[in-house]
Amino acid sequence: MAAVHGDAHGHGHDDHHPSGIMRWVTTTNHKDIGTMYLWFSFAMFLVGGTLAMGIRAELYQPGIQILEPELFNQFTTLHGLIMVFGAIMPAFVGFANWQVPLMIGAPDMAFARMNNWSFWLLPVAATLLVGSFFVPGGAAAGGWTFYPPLSTQGGLGVDLMIFAVHILGASSIMGSINIITTILNMRAPGMTLMKMPMFVWTWLITAYLLVLVMPVLAGVVTMLLTDRHFGTSFFNAAGGGDPVMFQHIFWFFGHPEVYIMILPSFGIVSEVIPTFSRKPLFGYSSMVYATASIAILSCVVWAHHMFTAGMPTVGQLFFMYATMLIAVPTGVKVFNWTATMWRGSMTFETPMLFAIGFIFLFVIGGFSGVICAIVPIDIQVQDTYYVIAHFHYVLVSGSLFALFAGAYYWIPKWTGRMYNETLGKWHFWLSMFFFNMTFFVQHFLGLAGMPRRIPDYNLQFADFNMISSLGAFGFGLTQLLFLYIMINCIRSGEKAPQLPWDGATTLEWTHLPTPAPYHSFENPPIVK
Amino acid sequence: MRSKLVATLAGVLALAMYSSMAVGSKYNLPEPQSIIARETYDMHIWVMWICLVIFIGVFGVMFYSVLKHRKSLGYKAANFHHSTTVEIIWTVIPCIILVVMAFPATKTVIAMKDTSSPDMTIKATGYQWMWGYDYLQGEGEGISFFSKLSTPRAQVQNKEPKGENYLLEVDNRVVVPVGKKVRIILTANDVLHAWWVPALGIKQDAIPGFIRDTWFTADAPGIYRGQCAELCGKDHGFMPIVVEVMEADEYTKWVAAQLSASAVKTSMHVENK
Repeated sequence: MAAVHGDAHGHGHDDHHPSGIMRWVTTTNHKDIGTMYLWFSFAMFLVGGTLAMGIRAELYQPGIQILEPELFNQFTTLHGLIMVFGAIMPAFVGFANWQVPLMIGAPDMAFARMNNWSFWLLPVAATLLVGSFFVPGGAAAGGWTFYPPLSTQGGLGVDLMIFAVHILGASSIMGSINIITTILNMRAPGMTLMKMPMFVWTWLITAYLLVLVMPVLAGVVTMLLTDRHFGTSFFNAAGGGDPVMFQHIFWFFGHPEVYIMILPSFGIVSEVIPTFSRKPLFGYSSMVYATASIAILSCVVWAHHMFTAGMPTVGQLFFMYATMLIAVPTGVKVFNWTATMWRGSMTFETPMLFAIGFIFLFVIGGFSGVICAIVPIDIQVQDTYYVIAHFHYVLVSGSLFALFAGAYYWIPKWTGRMYNETLGKWHFWLSMFFFNMTFFVQHFLGLAGMPRRIPDYNLQFADFNMISSLGAFGFGLTQLLFLYIMINCIRSGEKAPQLPWDGATTLEWTHLPTPAPYHSFENPPIVK
Repeated sequence: MRSKLVATLAGVLALAMYSSMAVGSKYNLPEPQSIIARETYDMHIWVMWICLVIFIGVFGVMFYSVLKHRKSLGYKAANFHHSTTVEIIWTVIPCIILVVMAFPATKTVIAMKDTSSPDMTIKATGYQWMWGYDYLQGEGEGISFFSKLSTPRAQVQNKEPKGENYLLEVDNRVVVPVGKKVRIILTANDVLHAWWVPALGIKQDAIPGFIRDTWFTADAPGIYRGQCAELCGKDHGFMPIVVEVMEADEYTKWVAAQLSASAVKTSMHVENK
């Protein structure tokens, strides 16, 4: 990814930029910033992954072995926060930075300098999160959802987490305003909204969701902060507040948030599947409407995370029906992808493998989602390993697999070099195997009654936990292979042809040299 | 020949899936012991079947396509890219399936929420990290005790072998009579907890400063075990719930024993003053 440096040709005087570290600190170039986002998110993925390895190591056998309960809770909390806010979200923003201008024929992002700032906030927030392990009392231990009153009890680590969430929220809002403005104002002549690539569409909708809900998150953590230090009682019943109100506000952010993490994956997969099927995306406009419907519905389903908190019967029924309804537009997307593949002329390079793996496993996560939507069943599986399995099927084999698909798909455009196809396929098949080994058995654990967020468990859960832990270690190691493949590609990959994927039709492939020059589309292309 | 093989394999797979659903608590929800748990269990199996059929349908088509429509087999790509008719069909059919799923669920939700006219009422209070129980109304009114994990610390630290009910055993069980509607009122003293007994089909958060309620009617005598299901701090994994369901006459004896024991305690308390 770093190889764009010095590869620009034919632009002469435009290419002056500082070199060395100052290039990265001061850059306003969307490609540099995209690259930094991607490396940052991968680093955070490894940190969050290391925490996951700790969790699975403790759960390898019954009994307390390596993590005392309090430290175990810190690991689960920070694993969740780092993966959601540090790994998955910034990775998608990295893709948006690289790809949105290239795919709509714009020279850069609309607010180039703000773009720099929204990236450089991230390492600050990450330092607060990771550093909180080393303050007195340790990191936040109330779960990534930090429900009060438990989170009011914590020490300095909770305050550091609150500030980190503030900073990450500010970064996300700036990033999404930038994306919205770029997409709405900087499209090449002739590229109407309904001609935009699906990836751009999904990011436009995602960015609106972010602008809608990130302030809500900022609000709720601020209320928590004042409850902790300034004598307010928003969430303290003794002072007239209500702990359940926190859950309502948090999930009003939190549920759209899960779609923020999945809609751009839909976009990536909707680019990859047509390319390798050599056939246009089936039902483009219904895909756009389905994405928009999912985004709108995602704002009215939040209380399905709270069926056991107690709410009126009509409340439970409303949130059950609304949640089940999301299966309809999601189903439309899956059917459209299938119809795109149908009677195509398919090849199965690594991006396509990850895209098909995504659909296959995401649908399993979707089914367990429908099952969780049904109130009586949810009351049984809520806060168990079933839910852990469900959301890892949508976040790991969903978001993460789509990110891998996107990385393999666009790396030739970014670096001008090809990755090693054999190793890429190994990466896919090992990920697929170990992912299912880790998470499939967790459905059974949850059904049989193992609660989440516990460091120790009854002997009846021992065998599945051991399988799950072994799978997790394998999955973790497999991701180092991805790091190797990417470094190998950037350093010494074979030179990529001008059009490495013969089915690709979007602007970055048809109108730009490979690798993309440092400054691209200074004169906008004409889209017919 | 080949289609026969496919049919056989599909049959074996379906049978394996079905039997894995039926083998009991290791792969599925625990054996239900109340009407709500029974309805939930059946609903889960029913929804799983629907999901399985859709799964086989969708991925049957997709993998047929993956196998046949390959460039390496010389398959030439078609160029169709939309059809309003099929879009409408595959929007409407899922809606119908969802209605079919939602109908029985709605009936169960309404039944679950009906905590009216119980035979007895017990208040459960969550503490960091144990449960307190107060029998408020019905036979046993006035009984009150705490219920803590009874698994020795040495077992947790791997210094002693772990027993069968490791982490699922308590010093004082909640005792209730069989076949009676028991209303559980929940609250908490410090942070959120959740009172969960899988076999009885109930889970309800306990919220400090607020009262929530739920109910169950146990079908058969027995001992049913559960755990706190809402993260409540360091020892969240170490505050189990054990419900012992007794025949009516045994329950009466238990109540008498409890009440006389607490009477002795009270009188001793008075004398000591």
